[in-house]
Amino acid sequence: MFKKIAIAAVAALSLSGGAVLAAGEGVVQKVDFSFKGPFGAYDQNQLQRGLQVYTEVCAACHGLRYVPLRTLADDGGPNMPEDQVRAYATQFEIFDAELDDFRPRVDTDPFPMSNLSNAPDLSLMAKARAGFHGPYGSGINQLFNGIGGPEYIYSLLLGFTGEEKTEAGVTLYENSAYPGQWLAMGPVLYEDQLEYADGSSNSMEAVAEDVSAFLMWTAEPKMMARKQTGFVAVIFLSVLTVLLYLTNKRIWMPVKRKEKNA
Amino acid sequence: MAGIPHDHYEPKTGGEKWLHSRLPIAGLIYDTIMLPTPKNLNWMWIWGIVLTFCLALQIITGIILVMHYTPHVDHAFASVEHIMRNVNGGHMLRYLHQNGAHLFFFAVYLHIFRGLFYGSYKAPREVTWIIGMLIYLLMMATAFMGYVLPWGQMSFWGATVITGLFGAIPFVGDSLQTWLLGGPAVDNATLNRFFSLHYLLPMIISALVAVHIWAFHTTGNNNPTGVEVRRTSKEDAAKDTLPFWPYFVMKDLFALGLIMVIFFTIVGFMPNYLGHPDNYIEANALVTPSHIVPEWYFLPFYAILRAFTADVWVVIAANWITGGIIDAKFFGVLAMFGAIAVMALAPWLDTSRVRSGRYRPMFKWWFALLCLDFVVLTWVGAMPTEEPYATIALIASAYWFAYFLVILPLLGVIEKPLAAPATIEDDFKSHYDATSSAPAE
Repeated sequence: MFKKIAIAAVAALSLSGGAVLAAGEGVVQKVDFSFKGPFGAYDQNQLQRGLQVYTEVCAACHGLRYVPLRTLADDGGPNMPEDQVRAYATQFEIFDAELDDFRPRVDTDPFPMSNLSNAPDLSLMAKARAGFHGPYGSGINQLFNGIGGPEYIYSLLLGFTGEEKTEAGVTLYENSAYPGQWLAMGPVLYEDQLEYADGSSNSMEAVAEDVSAFLMWTAEPKMMARKQTGFVAVIFLSVLTVLLYLTNKRIWMPVKRKEKNA
Repeated sequence: MAGIPHDHYEPKTGGEKWLHSRLPIAGLIYDTIMLPTPKNLNWMWIWGIVLTFCLALQIITGIILVMHYTPHVDHAFASVEHIMRNVNGGHMLRYLHQNGAHLFFFAVYLHIFRGLFYGSYKAPREVTWIIGMLIYLLMMATAFMGYVLPWGQMSFWGATVITGLFGAIPFVGDSLQTWLLGGPAVDNATLNRFFSLHYLLPMIISALVAVHIWAFHTTGNNNPTGVEVRRTSKEDAAKDTLPFWPYFVMKDLFALGLIMVIFFTIVGFMPNYLGHPDNYIEANALVTPSHIVPEWYFLPFYAILRAFTADVWVVIAANWITGGIIDAKFFGVLAMFGAIAVMALAPWLDTSRVRSGRYRPMFKWWFALLCLDFVVLTWVGAMPTEEPYATIALIASAYWFAYFLVILPLLGVIEKPLAAPATIEDDFKSHYDATSSAPAE
């Protein structure tokens, strides 16, 4: 009887996912990111390329207000040299209340905020969007494919159909990945838009993947440390559980044997 | 303490005698952990330890999180990000606390359904059951207020929807809602009081847990047969029981270890799976999310809340009889709280003299259906309020009430129970005789 209940409860738990079918759901593609799965890790070079895309393209409108610039030097992140991070920081200005004036940013400052009021901050975007849902709100897809935040960003960047319309003086662009299909952001990526210093592919797909990976890092900068903790915890707890199993068996053996022979 | 006869603590050394005559704390601890426990308990009796562990985990991680969290509408969301990015080990603490809540509810539901199947709520354990229900209610209040603290979109809109339930109460609803929120809408005052209460309620839960344990240490544990431990003499009792330490402590710790492996797999590799992406967007009173969905552990009761719409005949009847005082919204609120109330009243609604569902051939099937019903309610609670989900939710809600209000009282009269073993010792022996190999330690 309780096996049934346990199965039912597990099913109930897997329902959660919080996912709900939204009307007019966008189409999100699967992307084979390097950080997927329990063994997945961020690719430092990809994160550095993603930073370049972010700086040259996204930063024109969007911000990363929760990301401290110094974390660009972190292990398990872009892992840039510290002098390079300090040099990178100086290109952004910040208002300093003590100086009562603007000064260049230092590495302990965060990235700037969004320049446009309707451009959302991108710090947490990869965790604030779900690419995969269902089936039927069960959350099973998310169990196997992940929640799909970076895939959503990737699909959105490549999802413009070229159609546009003007509504109440605002130009809207059609996008196959966006839940309502029409959004105020226009296509921002095109072929041969930028050159990578490491000579990697600068195709639209490669650029979209690089910046999506970078935004996953800004949303979850401690992913590598977290997975490492997860491994250590699971291995130690498994050993402990085996020992507890053997101890428990040993303690109960005389009780059960006595009953058998009684 | 009256109860199952067993050996009590005897102070031996001079120091022990000195302390014992002034404060018999060693005796209390001894009696608590050496409690004679029915030796036939199965694996569904491990959830109590898991729940105790969850409470401790939540309090410890919570106390540390509070050291870095700022309960202010302008800083709450940023302070959580500060914990995630700048505090040493902060991301782990926060993910443990967040997923700890999920484990807490997973365990409490299995614990409750264990009690429902084996009749643990029946005399003489009604007080244990009622205190358990109070703990469960406080857990829900605590979890709800904790979910508001990160001040994401779901935090804000969840708080708006749930406090709006109190606004549905006739006559006093609006004033009550304003009083709860500390203003006309969810704002800084709301966040502050939720923070205060989120810290207070776990302390009350801890006290109630102590009373819960005290109550069942007085009556003794129930067990899968529902047959009471023989209390005629210490020797008879010893045939039915084993001391809690080390037999059940080791068994429970092994089970807890297994659950921890699964728990740390989730925390380490998919910590946001059970959360909602919208809560990584800062609260914004001007933008309503397309779907406001509570956390999974509220979904069964959320489904019942939404099931009773204005076109359902009982709602129309209630509306007509009360002259419009009970509208669909208030009916839904009553149904939601009523769903928990009928569960709390199970000791008096169940008329069967047989305690354990194991010896109740008809009850078994209705109970299995109740478990299925609970899963269906959880699923449908996450679905939009449109067909076919609305009808499914209504049928599933109706079954929940029918189980407690109709089926439990009737079954006791019409059902022919099977014979239960005479003693716990007989049940234990039947599992460990030479012909059977069922592992039921």
